Parts: sequence; structure tokens; C-alpha cells
Amino acid sequence: MPKPTPPPDQPLRLADIAHARSGDKGNHANVGVIAYTPAGYEFLGRYLSETRLAEYLLPLRPTQVERFAMPGIGAYNFVLHDILAGGASRSLRTDSQGKVLALAVLEMPIAAPANWREMLSPPVGREG
Amino acid sequence: MRTIRVGNAAGFWGDNLDAPRRLVEGSQLDYLTLEYLAELTLSILAHQRSKNPDVGYVPDCVTVLEGLVSHLPAQPRLKIVTNGGGMNPVACARKIAAALTAGGHGSLRVAVVSGDDLLPCIDDFLTGGEPFANFDTGTPLGPVRERLASANAYLGAAGIVEALGQGARIVVTGRVADASLTVGPAQYEFGWSPDDWQRLGAATVAGHLIECGAQVTGGMFSGWSDALPLHELGYPIAELSEDGSIVITKPAGTGGAVTVAIVAEQLVYEIGDPAHYLTPDVDADFSKVELRQECPDRVAVVNATGRPAPPRYKVSMAYRDGYMASGTLVVCGAHAARKARAAGNLILSRLKEAGVVLARTNIECLGTGDTLPGVWARHDEALEVVLRVSVHDPSRDAVERFVREFAPLAGSGPPGVTGYTGPRSKPYPVFAYWPTTIARECVAPVVDVRPASEW
Repeated sequence: MPKPTPPPDQPLRLADIAHARSGDKGNHANVGVIAYTPAGYEFLGRYLSETRLAEYLLPLRPTQVERFAMPGIGAYNFVLHDILAGGASRSLRTDSQGKVLALAVLEMPIAAPANWREMLSPPVGREG
Repeated sequence: MRTIRVGNAAGFWGDNLDAPRRLVEGSQLDYLTLEYLAELTLSILAHQRSKNPDVGYVPDCVTVLEGLVSHLPAQPRLKIVTNGGGMNPVACARKIAAALTAGGHGSLRVAVVSGDDLLPCIDDFLTGGEPFANFDTGTPLGPVRERLASANAYLGAAGIVEALGQGARIVVTGRVADASLTVGPAQYEFGWSPDDWQRLGAATVAGHLIECGAQVTGGMFSGWSDALPLHELGYPIAELSEDGSIVITKPAGTGGAVTVAIVAEQLVYEIGDPAHYLTPDVDADFSKVELRQECPDRVAVVNATGRPAPPRYKVSMAYRDGYMASGTLVVCGAHAARKARAAGNLILSRLKEAGVVLARTNIECLGTGDTLPGVWARHDEALEVVLRVSVHDPSRDAVERFVREFAPLAGSGPPGVTGYTGPRSKPYPVFAYWPTTIARECVAPVVDVRPASEW
């Protein structure tokens, strides 16, 4: 049994346990969410479902959200269909290529699981 | 076991013009790749070529190559592969060849790889039964056929391999899949068979990782902090070995970093199903890739593989779709966000009063969360925001009328409107994206290799 840990002082965001990058493919975008630790990857698998991400991004009206596992790097790649309001060629948005979607996804609040401390990011820069 | 070093020093048209020289000076390379073509670049280049038959390539490519001529003697092994030829690789090659010849390198062989431009024969393909249906929507090409501005198949590595086999030192291509710029050199150097799916898959992963330049050495990293300096950012080098093993690194003493986290972010960049990253060369499988930090700034990429190449080539088309323009203003003081939104609505309502109704409009109040409205928490308390209004309409005149509606706000809008110092924005033509496919037997690379003095 893992030792129970007290809840975090601040509500956790996805950014506490994962990093991410997004980009465009025509009118679709993708967001790859990469856990910092194996415990974080296991949590993402349970928590960050297609449905949950689709709900979070609902104001941008994706028509479909698909999720693909990349266990070797502890990541899930999400394909967000028709989310770019026309994409690079026709979108009237500033972020016509979906570059900031990843950062918005990382702001998602998450319900801290008991082992949340095992999921936190290492210091930025040079790991390994 | 042999290893080649492939550096990429351009990730898009507009990337840092000094990066190629610095990458070549900072390391011994076997190949330098320069990747310039995004989804819509070719339609912009086609538009330019329609006005002047001597242009239509990426001008940065020529600027960079001209600057590299004097470095070639110090790097006798170095070969350069670029898709900067865009819609006019011959014109691009001529410019580069002229610089080589002027620099006393007239005997160096320069190759052009073309055959990607389908537009001249598009009606033959249509009557031959290629529907060119949009692969996102399934819609047949018919209704937009007359408005097509460009239609380019993504070529694979084959043309590059052939050009290198004919002794090319510099290879200038049109639309070639980004990763193929790396796959081609590896396949040529190691003599890999075109059905060596595992190694072609691995080389495709390497090409994918370096194709966006500094995005794999620290640029754009979502874990950004001041602890990762990005000045004098090193551009990436892929070390590819004969057995298909891959290492990503960068020149010593440069800014940025090559870490597992940074490389992982680029691995997921602009991909769909990671088990099927399709290029003309291979159906590459990224899904089981693992990354290992060998030492600082060296990450090994393992478990990449691939399956037989898809039967159809991707084709990137673009069609004319009216005009767009955006205008921005800064709005300051109390209630800045409310005033900015009111000013944006005022622009559109004044246009309406003048009888101008635009097909599509968007008002953004930047600084309040409007880049992703409804997803970002809304912050309306800022004392200064940027109002951005963007429109799209079939009529250039209507869009022109829109951009003229900004200046009057200085004296006839809410208080605190400023930021008129820049030039007035101009309507620009829209080239809408039409992704489709074509049977691979319909497309073949055309390779032309000559000494620089004979271009």
C-alpha cells in the first residue's frame, strides 16, 4: 500500500505532472500530453480520457477527440478534429494553428490522487 | 558501424537566417537539410510565380546557400538537401548554381528533384478517375477545381537518393515530405533497400524530430523557464547509423538543450495516430519509441519501426477563397476590455450602415483570454488590451473597406484607443487547404543533376 500523502496546498493542474505540445493538420489539431513520471502516465491513462478533454475544449467545438497511447515516452496523443475554425488558411483566430492549445490543456485542474507527489515534474532543463 | 550526421538548420520559411552557417561552423556534418515548406507555403509561392515566372521558390533558401558557398571547402564531405525550391526548383537551383560558379565551385553538381507539381495535368488525372476528394470531408474536388492555385504531391526519398547517386552535392526539391529530406541521405549512404521498413521507419522518426529545427533543442518547450537559456540556440543534428539507430544532439557550446522531455515534445508534434505516421517512404510507427539520455545534449531514439509504404501519396492542394484582413488597436484605461469589444462591434456596425456585410468576422480582445475563448479563464480587468478584428469575404473591395474603418476610431470611438503607429493592414488572398491523395503510380520524381556551371 502506498503511504497516504496529504492533499496539495494548491489545487493541482495538469502542468504539475505533465508537459505538452500542440500543432495543426489542416483544420484538425493535435495535443501530445507527456507525463513527467510513470505514476503520472498511469494517472493520465485513467483520468485524461477523450471525453474529459472534449468537455474541457467544448467552447472550441471539436467534432471528435481521439486518443492514442505512446507508452515508451509516457504520453497520450490527442487528435482534435475540426477545432481550428478553418485552420492556418482560413481561421480568423490569432491562434490559427493551434499552437497554444497545449498550454491551455496544461491549465486543466486535476483531482489530486493519493500518490500525487510521485507525479511532479523534475527541475526544468537537464534531466537524466 | 558507419554513422552519418544530418543537421537541420531551417524549420520553416522565415526561420533564423544565421542558423545554417552556425550549424555548419559548429560541427562536422555529412548533410545539412533546410526545410521550408508548410502546408500553405506552396500556394503562396504559386501565387508569386503566376506574377513572375522567375520566382516561386523560397528566397531564404537562396540567401542561405549563397552565404554557405565560402564554407564548402572546409567541409568537403558536406552535402545540402533542401525543399526550398518550392514551386520553382529550377529557378532556385539556377540562383544557387550561379553563386557556386561565381565562388569558383562551378564543377560542383547541383540537382533538381521535381515531379511533385500536379496542377498542369490535373484535368487528365480527373478524367482518368482520380477524384481528389478532400480526405477530411470526403467532398469531391469538382466545385473548387476552377479555383485551384496549387496541387502538389508529397514526394518521398527516392528522388533524393537518385540525385545523390548521380554525385549531387546540393539537392533542391519541390514538395518532398519533410522527413524524407533525412531519409534520402541515410538510404543513399547505407544502401538501404526501399522496402527496409524498419530502418526507413527509424530514419523517418529522425527526420520528423529535426525537421522543425530548434523545436527539438529547446524552442517552444512547454516546460520553459529561465533556467534553459535560448540565446544562440543550437540547431539539431541527427546521427543515423547503418543499423537504423538514432541519436539526436546539437553542437557543443550552443544554447538550448537536448533532453528526453524536449525530444518527446517534438516526437508528438503535429502527428495523428503515432502507430501510422504516413510518408511516401514508409508507414512509420512512433508508438513504441523510447528515448534515453546518453549524456547531456544526446538523446538516443529506440524502438522506432515501420511497415510498407501507403499505396497513395498525400497531395496538398490550395484553392482561391476570397480575401482576409486583420486589424489591431490597443485600448487602454478603465474598462479597457469592454471598450475594446465595443470598438470592435462599432467597426462592424459602421460597415453594415455603409452597406458592407462581410461573410465571416471575428473580434478578439487579446489580454482577456480570447486566444482560446471559453477555455482560458476570462480576465477582463487589464488596463490595456489589444483589439483584433479579422474578416473574410469573397470581395476584395469589401475587405479593403473594412481595413479603412480602423483609423476613424481614433476620434470617434471610446476613450483610450491608441496604437495606430503601424502601417494599415492590407487585404490578402486566401488559399484554402484541400488535403487529398493520388495513386502512387501516377507520380514519379524527375531528377536533373548538372555541374553548377551548366545550370
